[in-house]
Amino acid sequence: MYDFAPLIDSITSYLNTNFSPFWAGLLAMVMLGLVLLLIYAVLGLYLVYAERKICARMQNRMGPNRVGPMGLFQTIADLIKLLLKELIFIRNADNFLFNIAPFIVIVASIMAIGSIPFGKGLQAIDLNIGVLYILAISSMGVIGILIAGWASNSKYSVIGAMRSGAQVISYELSVGLALLCIITYAGTMQFSEIIASQQNGWWIFKGHLPAMIAFAVYLVAGTAETNRGPFDLAEAESELTAGFHTEYSGIKFAFFFLAEYMNMFIIAAVATTLFLGGWLPFHLFQWQGFNQVMDFIPPVFWFFGKTAFVIYLMMWFKWTFPRLRIDQLLALEWKYLLPINLMNLILISFLTLMQWHF
Amino acid sequence: MAFLKTIREVGKYFHDIYSGVASLMRGMKVTGSYFTRPGSIVTQRYPENRDTLKMFDNFKGELMLIHDENNLHSCNVCNTCARKCPNGSIEIIYKKVEGADGRSKKILDKYVYHLDTCSFCGLCVPACDELALKFDQKFEHAVFDKRKLTKVLNKPGSSSKTTNE
Amino acid sequence: MDIELKEKEEYIINMGPQHPSTHGVLRFELCLLGEQVKYVIPHCGYIHRGIEKMCEHLTYPQLVHLTDRMDYLSAHINNEAVALCVEKSMNVEVSDRVKYIRTILSELTRIASHQLWWSAFGMDLGALTTFFYGLRDREKILDIFEESTGSRLTQSFITPGGLMGDVHPNFQKRVAEFIKYFRKKLPEYDQLLTGNVIFRERTKGIGIMSKEDAIDYGVTGPSGRGSGFHCDIRKIEPYSAYPFVEVNEVTLTEGDTYARYLVRIKEMWESLNILEQLVDNVPAGPIMLELKAIKAPKGEYYQRVETARGELGVYIVSDGGPSPARMKFRSPNFSNLFIINKLAAGHKIADLVAISGSLDLVIPDIDR
Repeated sequence: MYDFAPLIDSITSYLNTNFSPFWAGLLAMVMLGLVLLLIYAVLGLYLVYAERKICARMQNRMGPNRVGPMGLFQTIADLIKLLLKELIFIRNADNFLFNIAPFIVIVASIMAIGSIPFGKGLQAIDLNIGVLYILAISSMGVIGILIAGWASNSKYSVIGAMRSGAQVISYELSVGLALLCIITYAGTMQFSEIIASQQNGWWIFKGHLPAMIAFAVYLVAGTAETNRGPFDLAEAESELTAGFHTEYSGIKFAFFFLAEYMNMFIIAAVATTLFLGGWLPFHLFQWQGFNQVMDFIPPVFWFFGKTAFVIYLMMWFKWTFPRLRIDQLLALEWKYLLPINLMNLILISFLTLMQWHF
Repeated sequence: MAFLKTIREVGKYFHDIYSGVASLMRGMKVTGSYFTRPGSIVTQRYPENRDTLKMFDNFKGELMLIHDENNLHSCNVCNTCARKCPNGSIEIIYKKVEGADGRSKKILDKYVYHLDTCSFCGLCVPACDELALKFDQKFEHAVFDKRKLTKVLNKPGSSSKTTNE
Repeated sequence: MDIELKEKEEYIINMGPQHPSTHGVLRFELCLLGEQVKYVIPHCGYIHRGIEKMCEHLTYPQLVHLTDRMDYLSAHINNEAVALCVEKSMNVEVSDRVKYIRTILSELTRIASHQLWWSAFGMDLGALTTFFYGLRDREKILDIFEESTGSRLTQSFITPGGLMGDVHPNFQKRVAEFIKYFRKKLPEYDQLLTGNVIFRERTKGIGIMSKEDAIDYGVTGPSGRGSGFHCDIRKIEPYSAYPFVEVNEVTLTEGDTYARYLVRIKEMWESLNILEQLVDNVPAGPIMLELKAIKAPKGEYYQRVETARGELGVYIVSDGGPSPARMKFRSPNFSNLFIINKLAAGHKIADLVAISGSLDLVIPDIDR
């Protein structure tokens, strides 16, 4: 039920029969790119909207409610405003790097979205090292941030960029190790196979306590990697005005802004895929009736539902906690998350070796 | 002994983690509980609630000269309010007219109120012995032209109670 | 004063006058070594309006409204300071009703000010939700003010000789309601921020001010009391209705940012207690003294009161005329500001933000 593979196969065969292999490949790539870009833009805009609504509710406010019903078009109006705004050129800034930095950030996150499985067969590219690919690509964004901070010729930006560099390099470790826990369980790095391995239960349930610890660590480290929530030191509004993007305006600023939200989405999507069964429906033991009802809900909804839950958690963190200081941030990683993670990994290796997981 | 100390330190390490996470959870409970209670929203929907939005009786909006139904005010051009005003926001322009008894008398021509310099200290209202002034409930002072902030408070065609006597 | 760069890696950065965490037009000139702060030099004067000079050609009732604009978060208390000083010079005493109402208004102002401080302090540390909770509760107090005095922020309600008008008949009922409401909301503040492990780590042991430093620099108010400096004027020199009630001075001895924070939170509880003692016992009486003219006789007069930020002194030199010959305000923020170099040197930028937040600076009060 709800398998997208036939649809995609039919499109591919149509392209292959009507065009030469070169053009068929090119057209397929263009179509895919357009679809992904569309998903990217819409998701990004509505994540901003969701964040504003959620934080408003937590703060006894209403949030956007002027543009469109319930303010649904608010972020679109914001985007139009940002598009029309002047792009400010900074004197004595390194203009080439200054201009290229937002593109590096946004390209990194667009590339990462390509390997995320939205549903059965709904995956642009199913790499056999999918997890590794995501880790590698998503850490490319920090290069953009570093360049942005350096090229702006502003002291605030440099401080922000340096903080971001230190932060992402440290937390990359924890993200990787937390994902490694599930890779150890599943025995593969391919997203489709990791999901297939959760057919009889999600890893967060199957993997006993270590999987839950890994999930918690991943959430914390993932939030830190996206420069969000209590870990938004790179921006640190009250300290560095806006950190690395202080000098950016207009659409270039919007790129940073969108990329931040999409990185959050990617972190949540990876968490969903690895820990919460991806697009698989929720099944309870042998209750056939219940399971069939759950199967009836399309996998895309399952995927976005679970991702939304993880995103909600991350927003909840952001709107509750004060910001950490840079040394505390590093202490949290090196003194708490990393040792816990390593112990966890050893435990999981042992469990996997003894085949004690379900 | 060293071993015990290590145990205690390891215990403290985990206790720190536990108490830290617990304190974070308490904070999340507060924000989370408000998230589930839309009734706690305090936002006023301002332009929509314009009809029902009523300021308090004592609210110091903008100054007004009280006119009764016959278009009479009770200003007798004593200039006390203008003298009490710390910012010089009140200017009283008067005419001298010949009274019935032959003596020249001041009557109000224009009661000029500069809203742009008014700091709403409220000294003018109690200063008036005739109780001719009060504060309006109007609070929407924004205009596009600064000249509109200079207002004439006596209505056209109005006259003073004292001159009519 | 210019900073001399001693090392190659040091650099100077301007924090302010437009910066989210200086809460106004204050400029910190920072000398940084990486993230480490080496010196802080505060530059003030960006919002200097010459209030002291302006007072010299205004009559005593008129100049009250300028004091609203100094420390706009404790407007009532500033008004009260001038009123008390002028009354002291004329050797008159207002009725008990006026005293009670003045004290209730002052304590409400103190709570409102601390609420705003709590909101902004949370925001300085990156917890944005605190800002809305604090302002939500402050709104209740501003409504009480608006109903009785007609204004929300710059009330100019307390005037030499009494009050500008009587309070609204709802006043006592609303204050009692507020006490009940806020008693329920205050524990939420603790759950959200005080107990939070990140918050504690950010504030404990940061910017330690010794009692000696507090006295040397003249740091008063909750910032001074966080270092164990007994400087509560309400206790030392009770004025208005404070002699009639039990005031507990809140002092802590740690002297760090966390102690200054806790003092303010505890002061909110304490203010609620004071309000509770006063609100049901407001006696009847005239609200304005029958005075021919309100002017200080020839001489020099000084009166100090406890604002939400510390000791506010009003010094009047009078030549017997309708306006003062010289007016001097000893504003608490001016004294509280200049210890910041001592507190923040050696800490990180993030700590500087926390420290300046914990000093609770109101910039117009510094510059006047």
